[in-house]
Amino acid sequence: MATHFLLHLVLLLCFAPLLQGVIVKTKALFAGRAGAPLLQPYYDLARLLRKDCVFSRTTTWVFLAGPVAGVVVPVLASLFMPFGALPAPLSFTGDLLLFVYLFGVARFFTVASALDTGSSFEGMGGAREVTFSCLAEPIVLFCLMVLAGIADGLSLTALFGPHLADAWRGPEGFSLGLVLVCLFVVLLVENSRIPFDDPNTHLELTMVHEVMVLDHSGPPLALVLYGAALKLMVLGAPVVRLLLPFTSGSLAGDTLVFLAGMLLLAVLIGVVESTMARLRLIRIPQILVGTSLLAGFALVLVLR
Amino acid sequence: MIWFVAGMLMTALSGVPGLFASRHGHGGERLACLLVLAGVASAAAGVVAVLAGGAPALLNQPWSVPGGELALRLDPLAAIFILPLCLVVGGGALYGLGYWPQRDHPGNGRRFRLFYGLLGAAMMLVLSADNSLLFLFAWEVMAVAAFFLVTTEQERAEARRAGFIYLVSAHAGALALFALFVLLAQETGSMHFPAAASLAGGSATLIFLLGLFGFGFKAGLMPLHIWLPIAHAAAPSHASALLSGIVLKTGIYGLLRLTSFFAVIPAWWGWTVLLLGVLSGIFGVALALAQHDLKRLLAYHSVENIGIIAIGIGLALLGRSYDVAELTLLGMAGALLHVVNHGLFKSLLFLSAGSVVHATGTRELDHYGGLLRRQPWTAVCFLGGAVAICGLPPFNGFVSEWLIYLAAFRAISGDELSLRLAVLAAPALALTGGLALACFVKVFGVTFLGEPRTPAAAVNHDAAPSMRGPMVGLLLACAWIGLLPGTLAPLLQQAVVHWAPTTGAAVNLTAPLAPLPLVGAAGWGLLLLLLGLGWWLQRRTRKAPRNVATWGCGYLAPTPRMQYTASSFADFLVSQFRFGLWTERHGGKVHGLFPVAGEFSTHTPDAVLDRVLLPGSRRLAKWSSWLRARVQNGLIPTYLLYVALTLLFLLVMVAR
Repeated sequence: MATHFLLHLVLLLCFAPLLQGVIVKTKALFAGRAGAPLLQPYYDLARLLRKDCVFSRTTTWVFLAGPVAGVVVPVLASLFMPFGALPAPLSFTGDLLLFVYLFGVARFFTVASALDTGSSFEGMGGAREVTFSCLAEPIVLFCLMVLAGIADGLSLTALFGPHLADAWRGPEGFSLGLVLVCLFVVLLVENSRIPFDDPNTHLELTMVHEVMVLDHSGPPLALVLYGAALKLMVLGAPVVRLLLPFTSGSLAGDTLVFLAGMLLLAVLIGVVESTMARLRLIRIPQILVGTSLLAGFALVLVLR
Repeated sequence: MIWFVAGMLMTALSGVPGLFASRHGHGGERLACLLVLAGVASAAAGVVAVLAGGAPALLNQPWSVPGGELALRLDPLAAIFILPLCLVVGGGALYGLGYWPQRDHPGNGRRFRLFYGLLGAAMMLVLSADNSLLFLFAWEVMAVAAFFLVTTEQERAEARRAGFIYLVSAHAGALALFALFVLLAQETGSMHFPAAASLAGGSATLIFLLGLFGFGFKAGLMPLHIWLPIAHAAAPSHASALLSGIVLKTGIYGLLRLTSFFAVIPAWWGWTVLLLGVLSGIFGVALALAQHDLKRLLAYHSVENIGIIAIGIGLALLGRSYDVAELTLLGMAGALLHVVNHGLFKSLLFLSAGSVVHATGTRELDHYGGLLRRQPWTAVCFLGGAVAICGLPPFNGFVSEWLIYLAAFRAISGDELSLRLAVLAAPALALTGGLALACFVKVFGVTFLGEPRTPAAAVNHDAAPSMRGPMVGLLLACAWIGLLPGTLAPLLQQAVVHWAPTTGAAVNLTAPLAPLPLVGAAGWGLLLLLLGLGWWLQRRTRKAPRNVATWGCGYLAPTPRMQYTASSFADFLVSQFRFGLWTERHGGKVHGLFPVAGEFSTHTPDAVLDRVLLPGSRRLAKWSSWLRARVQNGLIPTYLLYVALTLLFLLVMVAR
């Protein structure tokens, strides 16, 4: 139990920024550039943590609550999410809803800390963020319902248990395929990736997530970046588990399969970002509603 | 029982001594507050004693009204409604000392306190009555007392209109209840409430529909919510807290009591309640999002939360129809806990909103800004309430929504396809939750964060201590249920068994609620981690300079008016719900290369009252007056014709 707990946290806390490095590297290779070193996100974090910071005179303590919740929530939520074949350290009936609502806490405080600056740009980013995530929330619930219909049990460990390998071959395989697509879309939306948001855009008006953290600097900014990396890993874990539902039996084997899967996912995100353009803002709600319908269809197939 | 009755009487009479006190003195209001506090404490003690005893307490005295008897009954189902009532009524009375002092309101303060106590006591009687006539009597007293609270500021046209619409809807609902209880008495042969699960349900279609209409009106289920937004906005804030937190729940209580009488529940009852719940949940929160009046917005959130409660009840009813005891238990436990939770956090929000309105003198969200610096206590209390109403851990809203979600997920493993469809309540709840989060981030951000948008918001005083106390108390109650939900599990189980007696035999009551302490533990983890990391970050950034302006993308002269407003924050999301909201937009067109100053405003009227009922009634009135003008046209020959026709008609009738 204690080893699981430690392994889980070590994997998450140490490995998460590497995924960002892999995405950036993939995009650089596509663009024909050498790109930043793979470990650049770690250097950035170390540099930001050493720096001092500046606060706007408008801000209050709420301004710090956003970055804090952004780090605490993925760490706590990861304890309920199995990493590949490694079971989650904590698990109880209904923890899947806790998982979903914990990210709601992070969103609440991130948007509140954006509004705390009194900047209209940050308000705009906050408005977009809450719009997208409230449309993404039903998709997540549909996907969880499909998985709950296949599994027996209502904890994330049960949902992403070893039965998935058989389910892929069975009649539920098609539903699982749809769920995989939907969860990947949610992963891209929630982590502000292309085609829903561009993490590297240079115009405040076009940003969604990045504009909300314009005023953060130094250690708070480090927490924001680290939190984003953690969130990508925690939300990527279910996608990887659906893709690679194998259980090798040994702890080292399971860990390696999971890490390889996460790297693969990062490369995949890099490929998507390199080959797609950003969607127009008004198209995004339509895509999200469409994805909900897709997930609803997967549910119908399971309920039938 | 005797403690409960004594408490009820004390609360009812709390405003009477004040009538004889001076119009400008403190004495009356302090005595009234003391009497209310003693009354609710005594009533709560009575209820707790009954719960500790195990068996329901009964009281039966003769009453000279034909068919009536003074029959009271305290069981766990009633206790779940009465306990938050005691807390909110007591807290509101204390809050009123600072919010509505007699010296500032010499004209209406005494009347307000008289009806405040009467309303509290009438609700206690509604929740404990065991006889139809007594129930209806208490119901009417409650409706009339609430009317006088809504029209406290009767000199304002808004309050008079709100009071009128409230009175019309309260009595439309009461009319249905009169019919309902007559039919029920025909079925059972007496006006005494039948025991739980003692009636066969099959033929009771009309009874159920009348109950749904009458109780739904009081609870504010969509599309019967028409009185809520205006009445809550017009009443003083501690009266709004009572109306929204507790009065609405008497409708839910009535529906629960009524459905508990029947042994067999047809499946369409559950589906109807479930669908109305989903409708109320989604449209309630969407309408709330489009509002920019703080108290109107909170009132629409009551519609949403009543919807969530109705989803839980619908699932529990389905569980009874399909004989899935676990579904009944989870759905009903979730609904009952949400009744308590909504009573707590909505009162907390109304009281903190009252503190903001009291300080700034306006309810318009777009006039606020930066109040966190000036009202730190109010801001923290409002933030707690906002997190709770969004259903986020570690507060209480999450626990009840979690139970309702679990019930929906249980439906997926049902045997019949039709039951499995009930799982679709879960995505609807998720959408509601997402929209509620967007709405409360908006309210909290626009009100308390940023810079003051108008001079009104640049106030410099926080809530008075007598207002602060009840707010902090309610916040602690919210945190208590969120962090230690296991402590309420036994009460919830007992209440469910009183609602559906067969559940106790069919399923192990503790197993489905067993993860509750773990949910609480996760809440503790979240709270401690947040505080720990927050403390570290605060220390690390202590020396940072705080004298620079917010980054304005190079623009050098930003003003507070350039901040995002409540309307602009919600606009993107509201435009996704265009099909149901029909927001009106005025102005905003820009012409020419050098446009002159323009103005832009949006307004979202109520979808039912302003779009359907009022225009419909107006057209009906116009048509009726047209018809009257044709019939009563003032020509003697026409009247002679009427007389002749009537005679002819009577002759035909007699000859037949």
